[in-house]
This record gives sequence, C-alpha cells and structure tokens, in this order.
Amino acid sequence: MTLPLSFVFFVLLGLSVYFYYHAKSGIVRKAALFSDRTKALPSHYGQQSFLWAFIPSLLILLVLTIGGPNYIDQIFYNKIQELNPTFNESFVSLILAKVINVSNGKISTGEENIIMLAKDYKIAFEQLHFYRGLVVILCAALLGMIISYRQKPGSNAREQVEKFIVNIFFASAVIAIFTTVAIILSLFFEALRFFNLYNFFDFIFGLHWAPNVAIRTDQVAAEGSFGMIPVLLGTLLISFIAMCVAIPIGLLSAIYLAEFATPKIRDFVKPTLEILAGIPTVVYGYFAALTAAPFFREIGFSLGLDVSSESAIAAGAVMGIMIIPFISSLSDDVIRAVPQSLRDGSMGLGATKAETIYIVILPAAIPGLVGAVLLAVSRAIGETMIVVMAAGLSANLTVNPLESVTTVTVQIVSLLTGDTEFDDIKTLSAFGLGLALFFFTLLLNIFALSISRRLAERYD
Amino acid sequence: MIRKSIQSRRARETRLKIYGISSICFALIMLATLLISIGLNGYSALQQAYFKVDISVNTEKFVDDSGAPDNNKMNLFNWDGLVQSALREFFPEVKERDEKKELFAIISANAGYDLKEFVKKKALGSGSHTLSVWLHLSDDADQYLKGRLSIDIPEEDRRINNKQIAWVNSLVERDIAKLKFNKTFFTSADSREPESAGILGSVIGSALTLFVTIMFALPLAVMAAIYLEYFAKPGKITDFIEVNVNNLAAVPSIVFGLLGLSVFLSTFGLPRSAPLVGGLVLGLMTLPTIIIASRASIRSIPPSIREAALGLGASKMQAALHHVLPLATPGILTGTIIGMAQALGETAPLLMIGMVAFIIDIPTTFTSSATAMPVQIYMWSDSAERAFYERSSLAILFLVAFLISMNLLAVVLRKKFEKKW
Repeated sequence: MTLPLSFVFFVLLGLSVYFYYHAKSGIVRKAALFSDRTKALPSHYGQQSFLWAFIPSLLILLVLTIGGPNYIDQIFYNKIQELNPTFNESFVSLILAKVINVSNGKISTGEENIIMLAKDYKIAFEQLHFYRGLVVILCAALLGMIISYRQKPGSNAREQVEKFIVNIFFASAVIAIFTTVAIILSLFFEALRFFNLYNFFDFIFGLHWAPNVAIRTDQVAAEGSFGMIPVLLGTLLISFIAMCVAIPIGLLSAIYLAEFATPKIRDFVKPTLEILAGIPTVVYGYFAALTAAPFFREIGFSLGLDVSSESAIAAGAVMGIMIIPFISSLSDDVIRAVPQSLRDGSMGLGATKAETIYIVILPAAIPGLVGAVLLAVSRAIGETMIVVMAAGLSANLTVNPLESVTTVTVQIVSLLTGDTEFDDIKTLSAFGLGLALFFFTLLLNIFALSISRRLAERYD
Repeated sequence: MIRKSIQSRRARETRLKIYGISSICFALIMLATLLISIGLNGYSALQQAYFKVDISVNTEKFVDDSGAPDNNKMNLFNWDGLVQSALREFFPEVKERDEKKELFAIISANAGYDLKEFVKKKALGSGSHTLSVWLHLSDDADQYLKGRLSIDIPEEDRRINNKQIAWVNSLVERDIAKLKFNKTFFTSADSREPESAGILGSVIGSALTLFVTIMFALPLAVMAAIYLEYFAKPGKITDFIEVNVNNLAAVPSIVFGLLGLSVFLSTFGLPRSAPLVGGLVLGLMTLPTIIIASRASIRSIPPSIREAALGLGASKMQAALHHVLPLATPGILTGTIIGMAQALGETAPLLMIGMVAFIIDIPTTFTSSATAMPVQIYMWSDSAERAFYERSSLAILFLVAFLISMNLLAVVLRKKFEKKW
C-alpha cells in the first residue's frame, strides 16, 4: 500500500478540521454538563485542537519527507560498500545513482545485482512512504484526542491559542536570521574545504586566476591557479564605470525631481524611472551584449582604438543605466527628507534655489546620499546577468576599460554551471568567491544602512 | 556689479536645472533605446517561414494486427523521407546526392517529426488520405526571407548559398512557401532547432516556480511583519531580526543561488532544475522585500483602530488579525506584487540550482526539470543561430510587458486603496 504525500497531507488536514468541529461542539456539551460557562469562545477550543493536531504532525511530515530519502540513500550506500569493499567513494555513489535510476524506471540494465538492489530500493521507499503516512496520521489523531480530552470549560483556550500563534509568528520572523546564518555557514564550510585544497593567502593575494584544473591526472599543462586579485579588480573596474554613469545622472535627476519639477512632471517621470528599475537584469545583459558592445566597438574602431568585443566599458555603462533609477529614487527620498524649514531659512536669507541646494540641502543630505551610493555600489558588485552576458571570462589584470575583464559573479556562474563534480576544487573555489562577495557586500550594506539611519534620526 | 552677480547666480540655477533635465532625458532615452532596439530585433519572430506540401498517408500502415492504432509503427515510419520526396517533386532537376542534401537543408530538420505529430493529432480514419500540411522551413531560409541574412557577403561565408536562395525564392514565387504567424513560438518548449523552439515550457516553468515562491514567502512574510510590528518586545533579538531583514534585502541574488545549491540540493537532496527548489530560493530572496512592504503597510494603519479594538476587549491577537490585517491587505498585496515581479525577472539564482538545462518537455509537476523565462532568454541569446536572437528578443518583449503590467497593477492598487486617515 502506498501513501503519497498529497494524500497524507489532505488526510492530515481533514483530520485536523474534524478535531476543530469536534472540540467546538464538545466544549459546549461539557460546559452544559458541568453547568458552567466556557472561559473562551467555543471556536477558540476548536482552533486549539486544530493547531495541536495539525502543526506537530505537519512538522513530522516535513522532516520525514526531506530526511527519509537521504536516510535510505545512506543505508544503500553502506550496503553497496559492504558488498564491494574495494570500490572507492565516487564509484559507490555512481552505482547508487544507477540503482536509483533503475528503480525509477528511468534506465534499464542487465546487471543482476543492480536490478536486485533497485528492487530493494523501491521496496524501502514504499515502506518509507507507508510508515510516513501511518506515523503522521496516527500522531495527528492521538494529539487531537489528547487535547480534546484535556479541554475543560475552565481552561482559557484563547490565551493558549494566541501564545501558540505568537510563537509561530516569532518562528517566521526568525527565518530571516536563519537565512543569514545558513548563507554564512554554507559559504563558509564550502570555502573551508576549498582552503584545505588551496592556500588561503594565495587565494586572497594571488595575481593569477586560471581555474583550468586538469581533467586527467597525467595532464601537465593545466595546474589550476586561483588568485582572486584580477577577478576582484575586474569587478571593481566594471562597478567604477557603472558608478561614473549612474551617480551623476541619478543624483542630478533626483535633485531636479525633488526641488524643481512640477507635480505633473514628477508623476510622469517617477513611474517611468521605476519601469527602468523593474526591467530584469537579463534584458540589460542582452542589450549590453548585442547592442552596446558592438556600438562601443564601432566607436573605438572609428577613433582608431582597439576595443574588445567583451569590453568592460560596455558592461559597465549598461550596468550604470540599470542603477540610475536605484540611485535617483533613493536620493529623491533622502533630499525630500531634509526638513522644509532649512529650505525656507535659506531662501529667506536671499539665497537662490541653486545656492540653497548646493549650500544647505546637499550638505544636510550627504550621509543619506553616501548611503544610497554605497547601496548602489553593493548592487553593482553583486550584479550577475549583465556581466555574465557582456563581460569576458579570462581574468586580465588591467584597468583599461576597453579590454575584457571578468568579475566575481561571472566566475561563480561559469564555475558552477559546468558539468563538474561537487567536490571539485573548481566548484569549491566558486564558494570561496561567493564568501568574498557576500562579506564585501555585507560590509557595504551595513555601513550604508547605519549611515542613512543616522540621518533619519537627526531630522526626526 | 550687483546685477552682474545676480545674473551669474541665476545662470547657475538655470545650469543646474538644465543638468537635471538632461540627465532625466538621458535616462528616458536609454529606456526608449533599450525597448525599441529589442522590439526591432524581436517583432519578426512573430512570423515564421512555412512551406506547404501535399502528402498522401495510408493509415493502415500504422495499425497492429487487431486493427488498433500502433504508436510504435508510427514512430518507426520514415516521415522525413515522405517530406523530402514531396519537396523533391517541386525540384525534379535535383539529382545528385550533395545537391539533395543542400535542398533538404532549406526545410526544418524537425519537419518529419512535425508531420508525424500532425497526423497523430488528426486521428485519421483507416484508408489512404491526402493531406495538405504547412511545415517549417529551416531557420536560415526563414532568416533569409525576413531579410535578416545579408546576401552581400561572399557565398562561402553565408549560412545559405545561392542555390538554396534560388530554391526558396522559387517556392515563394509558386506560393508554396510564405511567412505565416508563428504559432509554434507560443505552443512549444525549447528545441535545438530555432524554428521549433517556443516559450511555453519556460512560461509554465516560471508559473510553477512563482507559485511555490508566493506560497512560501507571502504567509511567512505577513506573520513575520505582524510579529515585528505588534508582538516583538524591544530588545536584542528584535533588533537582530530587523538588521537581518534589512540586510538580506540587499544581499546579491547570486548568493541566494549558492545557498540553494549547498542547502537544498546537496544537504536536503532535492532534485536539480526543479521549480520547487527555484521557488524556495526565490522565496527566501523576496521574503525581506515583502516583510518590509507589509510592515510599512501595517504601520500606516492608524493606531486608533487598534486601540479601539483593544478598548472594546479584543485581545492583542484579535486586534491584529481581525482589525489591522484586513485594512493592511492592499498594501501587503502591492508589496507582494512588486516582490513577485522581482522574482519573475530573476535569473542568477536559478542558474546556480541548475534551471539552465536544455529541456524539451513542458514541465508538469513541481519536481520535474524546468527552466524559467529569463533563463530561456539567457540561453537563447547565448546560442549561435541568428534565429534564436529574434526569439530571445520576442520573449523579452513578452516578459517586460508582463512585468510592466504587474508593476502598473501595483501602482493602481496603491492609488485605489490609498486612504488618508
């Protein structure tokens, strides 16, 4: 007998709903029996039963669904290893993969042993599904019965339900912490494995990036080298170009919108700029690779310059266009947050509008503007699709914007989308880069957020 | 002298204004350039070159001994040969082997397969039938007919030679080949041949992914927002949660992809390329966006409403769930739509979890291999064939149109439900 996931889930749901009504009518009956009043509404007792039956069983279901298959895989892995003690790890994993595929009917094989194992594997899975369903449904039924037995008219179900719900709310808020911790831990441990294979200082300070690891061990030429300086320099170069485009245009637009524009113009320009912000980055990447790069190449050619077809300037300029609305809307908010009294005071003393902006408003808004720019820099550094499509793969140690450079994100994508093993030094090096990227952007973000918070506090 | 100084001060103001206007114009011109250049690239993909062949099929070849239709026999039948011989009837002068090969290169490599699918769908009765079918020309012939292949360059550098051009032209003259509406683009999934490639597979993949995203992120975000606004006691944990939420909103999306790769794929062993995993990763990514929007929306509800509920004896939970939350719903929905638009356009994290595979089948479940629209755009723009570029552009136009309408919907919702308390 098989119990598929959706079936178990709906039985669980149905059971819990049953306990809701059971408790709701039960408590009224109990109250009549004791000729007593219930301390909470009958529906609160129902909710209490529902939550008691549903939530713990759902958690068990999740754990078994995620952990069960891994556990079975581990058992079969050990089994295969016991049968063939001479096989090395990757070969055992290979056989296991074959067994799994045969049991799913994805491939067929003539090897007796594997067919046997595949049969066992299928049976183990059916057993897992059966017991998963049984445990979850029994658990829900048991908990539901216990709680409806324990509910007395005198117990305050509302308080208990609300405490339960607050805890669930708290748990969902804590997911933000968990996500951060999970990001740090996963990046950190994979990166640690990389640093076991490759010297940490060579990675941080190395001047040569060429992640071409020998596929066969007898290859001499390809000794992978993972010095991240050229990659980092390329990232900074492209972000710098992007900022050269985005900061002046974004800031000037924001100043105009906040100080000069009539409400009509504002109402038209702001949503239009938001459209620019809502365009997916892959579209900018397409534009950079197929329109901007040939354009810059043509211009360079007519000036007698040799521009690479994957030049840093094309990727950077398009990235700058992408970031304009980001900077303009953040700075617009910051400039408008400067109190009107400052403007009035300055104008009252006879300053022109431009002087007010230069001498009063911008100095007052500077921390917020710096925060906005830092957030934009962090975005430029972490931006992926534009550079994947328009920047190069080879890591040149150069600051010439006409040449092709590579970035951290490009390297991560190219290292992880190939058909390499997960334990490969190449794959692991991507996590090293990811860790560097995460910390770099984290520092920028924290700095930027604390600066803008300080501004907000100053004028509140 | 004073007048002069005033003049120069005024001039300074005008200059600043001009700078502002020109930078806004620059941004708007760039937006227009972007959309127009993609539009010019992509509009032609709405049409596709077809040619018409008359083919006679005897369905008795495809039944088994009992007379029931036999798919196996149908699959084994030489459909390519049928199409090719029909094509050769138009050009009886083509005899040599090499020449024949060149002739067959002007029709789609999938023409036989398409014919088979057509016959299968027709479910013909038994006996012999003559069918008139429109099949795809090859992508090169298609591009030539649309004028996208320049014929000025030397023949050997071209993807289509003079002989083939003459054949295509003669087909067009005889009204056998023409450009028709490209239905395939909207009804099929990816393919190695540009003429058979469509966006339906990636659209469904995106829909499945977004469904997981919204089911995962929206409830969690709303619960977290209510907690942070009404139940969190000021203290270190609450501060820490807030710092984390704000910071996660600014973490590069590719880092979420790395998280998905190492947690969901390697640790939990969830399947690669699955909309389930993609949805979870995008959900984690949009969670902070929706939390921040929901908090702002909850905060904009005047405290008097909550206090009135509390004063009448409602509990804190009842005041929050029964009174504040319904009023905050439009704002939360607006935030959710913006978050979903962001998730729909996101590509990088999906590359990390393997949703970048070449998938011919239209995905049906949350765990089947799938790709998403932006990833499809990325893969097509990376291909060598010219015909994929225009498909990529057309897909972009659809994606952008959809995203803009999502954002407009958010703006309209905000405007409609914006209440001044």
